[in-house]
Amino acid sequence: MITDARAAIIAVAYLISAILFIFGLKRLSSPATARHGNRLAILAMTIAVAVTLLDRSITWKPINIAIIVVGTAIGAVVGVYFARTVQMTAMPQMVALFNGMGGGTAAFVSVAEFLRFSEEGSIGAGEALSVSAGTAIGALSLTGSLIAFGKLQELISGRPIRFPGLSALNVILFVAILALGTVVVGFDGGNLFVWLLLAVAMVLGVLVVLPIGGADMPVVIALLNSFTGIAAALTGFVVHNQILIVAGALVGASGGFLTVLMSRAMNRPLSNVLFGAFGAASTAG
Amino acid sequence: MSQELILGAYVFLLALFLGVEVIGRVPSTLHTPLMSATNAIHGIVLIGAILVAGTADSPLLYVLAFVAIVLGAGNVFGGFAVTDRMLEMFKKKPVEKR
Repeated sequence: MITDARAAIIAVAYLISAILFIFGLKRLSSPATARHGNRLAILAMTIAVAVTLLDRSITWKPINIAIIVVGTAIGAVVGVYFARTVQMTAMPQMVALFNGMGGGTAAFVSVAEFLRFSEEGSIGAGEALSVSAGTAIGALSLTGSLIAFGKLQELISGRPIRFPGLSALNVILFVAILALGTVVVGFDGGNLFVWLLLAVAMVLGVLVVLPIGGADMPVVIALLNSFTGIAAALTGFVVHNQILIVAGALVGASGGFLTVLMSRAMNRPLSNVLFGAFGAASTAG
Repeated sequence: MSQELILGAYVFLLALFLGVEVIGRVPSTLHTPLMSATNAIHGIVLIGAILVAGTADSPLLYVLAFVAIVLGAGNVFGGFAVTDRMLEMFKKKPVEKR
């Protein structure tokens, strides 16, 4: 809602940021301009994050400032340190790790917003739906990406890990997520259900990626990347922020399309990558 | 459902179509760097974390917001740094394989 000059500045800056993200992606998909495209995306991100600090809902108490400044500093130092120091061959697991971090952010932001809504005593159906889906998809992406990271880093076996009844368990967990989401959206069921939703989705994330072999991991990371994009867009609905919706949806769609392209480049339908491990033991990477 | 959410849904759907169109002709050598770049872009969820942190008023919300900000900032900074490194490597070997 544009109420004053400051809100107008934020809205216009978000618009410019959205345009820059789109041109950045366009340039990233051509070899000659790819690096410039990445720089455009960095510029877009800088603008969007910087003007967000002007938002009037931010109360500039010392504790809030400290959380924002210290948290960003720690994340930035850790992220850049790992990005700059890992072996070139370890790049895919770095993407998985950072993707998981983004998924975690989306999940925790969704949960925090729900807690705030329930403290105020009211939540709209649309917001509740976004909270549920954002929590579930973000949490699944968080733990799924961490397992992908662990497999590529060889912290856990890169071979498909299966046990009897795994697919049945996954179906049960998926149904449980739908049920918990329905409770969160449909009834004022209290905070417990959001925490349960977070927990069950985190377990499902682990179990979905465990049976997938190491060689298929890039495709899985691309898919989880798309999921995190959607989760980010969903948090945009919760905090009423347009640039989150735009950037999240762009990543969700382009990431999903990339997933299809990558599995096609491997000459394997996507369903084989995701579910092939159930039947055939020969798919071990 | 409020008007704002409906408008948001339109924006979301249009951006979905645009997301596919805009990278439609990416060559396979750029699949991984592009995935890495989009991975960094969804770090924009950091904005959500900042808004939550800015309004937090209880210990539980402080903790949730702090964790969300650390993870989000790691996603943004790490994601872009990794992408830049990949593309740097890309530049040294000019297009030989298609």
